[in-house]
Amino acid sequence: MNIDKRIADDLAANGVSFVTTVPCKQLAGVIEEIDQRDDIFHIPSNKEDEGMGLCAGAWMGGKRPAIIMQNTAIGVTINTLATLIQYYRMPLPMLISYRGELREPVACQVEMAVHTKALLAQLNIPAYHFHWQKDVEELDNILKYTFMCNKPVAILTDANFWGGYGDQ
Amino acid sequence: MIRSEILKEIAPILRDQLVVCNIGIPSQELHAIDDQPTNFYMLGTMGLASSIGLGLALAQPKPVIVIDGDGSILTNLGTLPTIGNNAPGNYILMIIDNGSYGSTGDQPTYTSQRTDLAGMARAAGCARVVEVQDKDTGPALEEALASGEATVLVVKCDSGNAKMPVITMDPVVIRDRFMKAVAG
Repeated sequence: MNIDKRIADDLAANGVSFVTTVPCKQLAGVIEEIDQRDDIFHIPSNKEDEGMGLCAGAWMGGKRPAIIMQNTAIGVTINTLATLIQYYRMPLPMLISYRGELREPVACQVEMAVHTKALLAQLNIPAYHFHWQKDVEELDNILKYTFMCNKPVAILTDANFWGGYGDQ
Repeated sequence: MIRSEILKEIAPILRDQLVVCNIGIPSQELHAIDDQPTNFYMLGTMGLASSIGLGLALAQPKPVIVIDGDGSILTNLGTLPTIGNNAPGNYILMIIDNGSYGSTGDQPTYTSQRTDLAGMARAAGCARVVEVQDKDTGPALEEALASGEATVLVVKCDSGNAKMPVITMDPVVIRDRFMKAVAG
């Protein structure tokens, strides 16, 4: 299975046509896939809160948005999630690279990993953790759920899900 | 002129357009001067007006005018390269540059000293950047609308705020009526 294409196909099948990204090594393939597709407009952002602003505007303009980013971005975007996405009740699928989990080679990444689920829980943001590649089978339902309830929803994808870092 | 005087003067131009308005006193002033369903008021999230407006302009064809401030652009400076590389012809970013953080007590921003937002916008890749004095805002805004080109309009004016009531409308109501106006 080409996991990057599978994710992009699920986004497109759910009408997601506006995607903003802040890169991560684990997300490089899916970002490249999205960038090459004609049915999804890709706009890179410089910071994740900026990206959420773009998504909010795109949604009000009639497009279904999504953001792709690292879990470190939860620290950057708490105010935006609370006062923009949640306060105005907007849907936002967040495909998140869950750095600092099993098979992580960089110790500092663990420092935000240990807070990630707690912060999402504190914000009452539904969170799904993809650890095995087959977990991607839930993505279609998660996207439908997100646009049903008009909430931000987190999809945490760890290194094991992406197949490690090549040397493992 | 201070921001509220400019908003009063350009209200007839704004009335028929989609407007995304910056957090705090700017939104309170616009709401009190001429509340319209085509106005999206930010009640929180300092800095993101330009980004919300850009997403909106990219998603649909109607002109979008963002009313932003120097302080909030400085908060979200990454927005300028994103605008410079992606903004479509229906996007107008109007930065009311009064050199101060108006909503928090008029503390000076760096644009009151050496920082030049028009220069920063140009360096970020924005092609049509216009700087005007407060009294010339109306014609410059109409020109931007007529140009059909993405425009960053920096309006230099005095620091100061009008006393206006806080917006008590529910955010979901603001958003819902705005989306209906966008789709209408």
